Amino acid sequence: MTAALSVDRLEVVFDRFRALKGVSLEVESGESFGLVGESGSGKSTLLRAIAGLAPAASGTIAVNGKQLGARRDKAFYREVQMVFQDPYGSLHPRQTVDRLLQEPLAIHGFADGEKRIQRALDEVGLGTGFRFRYSHQLSGGQRQRVAIARALILEPSILLLDEPTSALDASVQAEVLNLLEEIRRRRKLTFLMVSHDLAIITHMCERLMVMQNGEAVEHLTAGDLVERRVTKDYTRNLLRASEGFVRTA
Amino acid sequence: MSTLLEVDDLRVTFPTRTGLIEAVRGVSFSLGRERLGIVGESGSGKSQTGRAIMGVTPPQAEVTAKTLAFDGIDLLAASPRERRALRGKRIAMILQDPKYSLDPVMSIGRQIVETLRTHEKVSKAEARDRALAMLEAVQIRDPARVFDLHPHEVSGGMGQRAMIAMMLIAGPEMMIADEPTSALDVTVQLDVLGILDRLVSERGMGLIFISHDLRLVSSFCDRVIVMYAGKVVEQLKASELGRAQHPYTRGLLNCMPKIGADRHPLPVLDRKPEWAA
Repeated sequence: MTAALSVDRLEVVFDRFRALKGVSLEVESGESFGLVGESGSGKSTLLRAIAGLAPAASGTIAVNGKQLGARRDKAFYREVQMVFQDPYGSLHPRQTVDRLLQEPLAIHGFADGEKRIQRALDEVGLGTGFRFRYSHQLSGGQRQRVAIARALILEPSILLLDEPTSALDASVQAEVLNLLEEIRRRRKLTFLMVSHDLAIITHMCERLMVMQNGEAVEHLTAGDLVERRVTKDYTRNLLRASEGFVRTA
Repeated sequence: MSTLLEVDDLRVTFPTRTGLIEAVRGVSFSLGRERLGIVGESGSGKSQTGRAIMGVTPPQAEVTAKTLAFDGIDLLAASPRERRALRGKRIAMILQDPKYSLDPVMSIGRQIVETLRTHEKVSKAEARDRALAMLEAVQIRDPARVFDLHPHEVSGGMGQRAMIAMMLIAGPEMMIADEPTSALDVTVQLDVLGILDRLVSERGMGLIFISHDLRLVSSFCDRVIVMYAGKVVEQLKASELGRAQHPYTRGLLNCMPKIGADRHPLPVLDRKPEWAA
């Protein structure tokens, strides 16, 4: 079976700064894969490079066995969609939800837009009452649902999630995480999810990669983390940090 | 335990086009020389509570209270001049993001010296020495270099340490920290909290720690106040958080994913209108 997504020795260079130093990874179809690390570790850059938003200096990226060129074609974006971190910044402030959702449909020439928009809104639990609102009339959680609806409307098979809940309250975060899990189960999607929160990644993903300074530090399964089977100090530090503050006497 | 701050029935009201919005609706608590956490979601009024105590509420808003007293001084009756003397000198505040709350066109050292010289008559040379000592106290490795840097030249963790140094240099008795680590990486978060914890306990300060992160607050503070829709729904010892009574507190604790807890789907908050009543 070919992997849904395979990245081989990918390098990304900004000016002379090497943001990614030869990172490789394989995500099976239907799998949920997590990327963890501090800011500057290159986890978001990796996601952006896959989406074609950051230039790859060398290395290859393949989706469903098909190698990608420097420019992504339309077919790529039907397969791969991205949800960004900041729901306040990723929705057009002067477009209604309806207009926002029509954009990808128009680009890809879908005729049954009406039906798709209704279905996408239902699927993310918003209902058609939100269809003609502007993003500033929505809460953070509702905006992120719109962003997810926009990603789903083309029925992609792979979803790239860049810290999809870090701008949200804990209670809203739970709702959005549940929504993402349910959609993945129902549509058999492949997830590649970035987060700095190990607890979220172990909750959402079966396998994960820990990154530091543009390099892969460690490949783990969620089970390894639960049982603390980590070999690198860096990962151990992240684990300790996720448990909250411990007062040293 | 001596009481440092006494808050009784604090209300903050904002006039809007559609009528009055009560952001804080009757909050009461008292603070000694301890670490008190205020937790709540966005819009719960936790930050506005901190701002009202500090006296930096926007001018169009109205602040009322039966009592709002710091060390016996009635804060609502105090003149702007008296409050200015308190701010920075005896009450200090740390804000969320050093990127926005430090002056971008002033070197870090000058900002710290400015705070000190506003409140104390010290020579320039002595102010510089004390600023350098303070930068060292917040575990900045090369204080002399950082002193001359501008905020955009340092990392988030370093900026936040500089802000702590700036706030502590005048030796305040009470500190309000409004989401001091939310903009930082998890690992840096713990370093900054460790520094804050050590300095607060060494100096015997009272600390109000405002955060949305219930788990972090409960591991850091002695006592926790949980706010919902402008009101205090529960007040309890941090060590007894596991025995919280209010469904909102329990919901907040429950909805976080935990490593090792296999819960699919995550429990979500079922908000009841009577919580806000």
